[in-house]
Amino acid sequence: MATQVGHTHISKELAASRRRNFIVRWSGKLLAMAVLAGVSVFIVFPALWMISTSLKPDDQVAFSNWIPRPIVWSNYAKALKAIPFARFTLNTALYALAVVVADVISNALVAYGFAKLRFPGRNVLFGVLLGTMMIPGMVTMIPQYILYAKLHWIPGYLPLVVPHFFAGAFFTFLLRQFFMGIPEEYSEAARIDGAGELWIWWRIILPLAQPVLATVAIFSFEGAWNDYLGPVLYLSNNKLYTLQIGLTMFRATSDTQWQHLMAASIVVMLPIIILFSAFQKYFVEGAAVTGIKG
Amino acid sequence: MASAVPVKRRSWNSSRTKEAIAGYLFILPWLFGFLVFTAGPMLFSLYASFTNYDVTSQFDWIGLKNYSRMFFDDPLYWTSVYNTLYFAVFAVPIGILVGTVSAVMLNANVPFQKMWRTIFFLPKVLTGVSVVMLWLWIFNPQDGILNNGLRAIGIEKVPLWFGDPAWSKPALIIMSAWSATGGILIYLAGLQAIPKQLYEAAEIDGASTARQFVKITLPLLSSTIFFKLITGINSAMQYWSNALIVSHPNPPGSPVNSTLFYGLHIYKQAFLQSKMGYASAMAWVMFAITLVLTGIQFYGAKRWVYYEGERR
Repeated sequence: MATQVGHTHISKELAASRRRNFIVRWSGKLLAMAVLAGVSVFIVFPALWMISTSLKPDDQVAFSNWIPRPIVWSNYAKALKAIPFARFTLNTALYALAVVVADVISNALVAYGFAKLRFPGRNVLFGVLLGTMMIPGMVTMIPQYILYAKLHWIPGYLPLVVPHFFAGAFFTFLLRQFFMGIPEEYSEAARIDGAGELWIWWRIILPLAQPVLATVAIFSFEGAWNDYLGPVLYLSNNKLYTLQIGLTMFRATSDTQWQHLMAASIVVMLPIIILFSAFQKYFVEGAAVTGIKG
Repeated sequence: MASAVPVKRRSWNSSRTKEAIAGYLFILPWLFGFLVFTAGPMLFSLYASFTNYDVTSQFDWIGLKNYSRMFFDDPLYWTSVYNTLYFAVFAVPIGILVGTVSAVMLNANVPFQKMWRTIFFLPKVLTGVSVVMLWLWIFNPQDGILNNGLRAIGIEKVPLWFGDPAWSKPALIIMSAWSATGGILIYLAGLQAIPKQLYEAAEIDGASTARQFVKITLPLLSSTIFFKLITGINSAMQYWSNALIVSHPNPPGSPVNSTLFYGLHIYKQAFLQSKMGYASAMAWVMFAITLVLTGIQFYGAKRWVYYEGERR
């Protein structure tokens, strides 16, 4: 009896508190949506303005109308003719692809060593590897430049590509975390059959690690495609220029053609937009797992 | 089983050695690269920071002269320190605030999840020099949409943004806040790792939403915020490449050295004036500052960062 009374009493209170919570929750959600909408306008507005400007007739560029009348698609053709676009695209694409290949292979090798093989000093060396993330780029920038100058690599792409063949802290860490989660049984079975470590790495580990390898490849491609400082330092010759430098050339004259510059900017971003959208799943997972590059 | 033990033991030793050799071979690319492209150059630059090295003619030991010049005889050095601190003091907290608040709002199970996520994904996808160009156009003093809008609502004295030393850094901070909204993913991951039972228990106890946020969400998100704080401060200290882009084709640091950030000052000294020794000294001071700052943050973190499963 007593418990029954207690029960109904509690359930009445629960119902009341649920009703109260329902109101609180929905007013909370409305507030959340208002904040999200505000931030979203801030995010979307510049992107839309970029598209709008890129399609405007010359005499409307300075005006605040959002819809160009008429829509001038030929801005894109003009923009691409304003700089040696084909040449720069080829340069940038070859540079980015070389960096992707170098990054994926070298970091996967090093990460396997740290994740799956035991050797004296492993933890100390891994600590050193992680420690290199703390070194500001400006500390190594000058002596590396001098080194490449002494090697007669400047101007040219060697300083931009060769270091990628020697792995780096961020990608190695990302891959090591993933490799450590791969069960040892697969490798052990292969070892009993007499397989070498390189075979295991290539035939067992890499196929299982495809999602994280894709993540590394995407980050790596983005880094090279968007790199600006590297090319500015090492490519002092306009036959070697990349697209990022090409964009800054639009402002070299006093009279910037903003409609052309916006059109060119969109075209230059396009490969990254496509790549990220196509591989969004890997990319989001990678960012969430490592928490870096967030 | 028992007879297998000695056999296993013998093969253990040789297989252990083989494994160790394989291990060293696998990490060899990094080890080589570390010595040749990082450690070696760094030692060289440390030595160079005590010389008047200029790549071509001179390489003489001058003791602490570079360092004393930096602190006492180079007003632009302090300008660059000021600019860098100005940027960091605003950009880092704004970035964290925008990221945390947006993530918390997005995590509140609001309708249209997919649309919000797509929008917040935009700044991650729109990258490179293109975005800087876009902002230069928005901030354009004469024809930019921002100033057009300000004039339309009756503001006569519009900021000249990158045309005015007082407004160039705020413009860069707005740019970085826009990019920071793309960092929401990591906060979302942190939020989703918080056990739902905690909120259910708090609700039964009658805790308000605000109280739940302060007592549950913030403490459990603190390790994520701490991580963003460290990486944010480090990257703010090293912020300068965008400044190089916005000043082009004017001298780097324009207008009137208002975007002369620490890294840009190093770049100018090293590559435009060939003062490699002096620039190296500046770089090493920055390295020391970075280490000290990170040390302080880790020390301070003990007070306010909560790691789940950590014993105190």
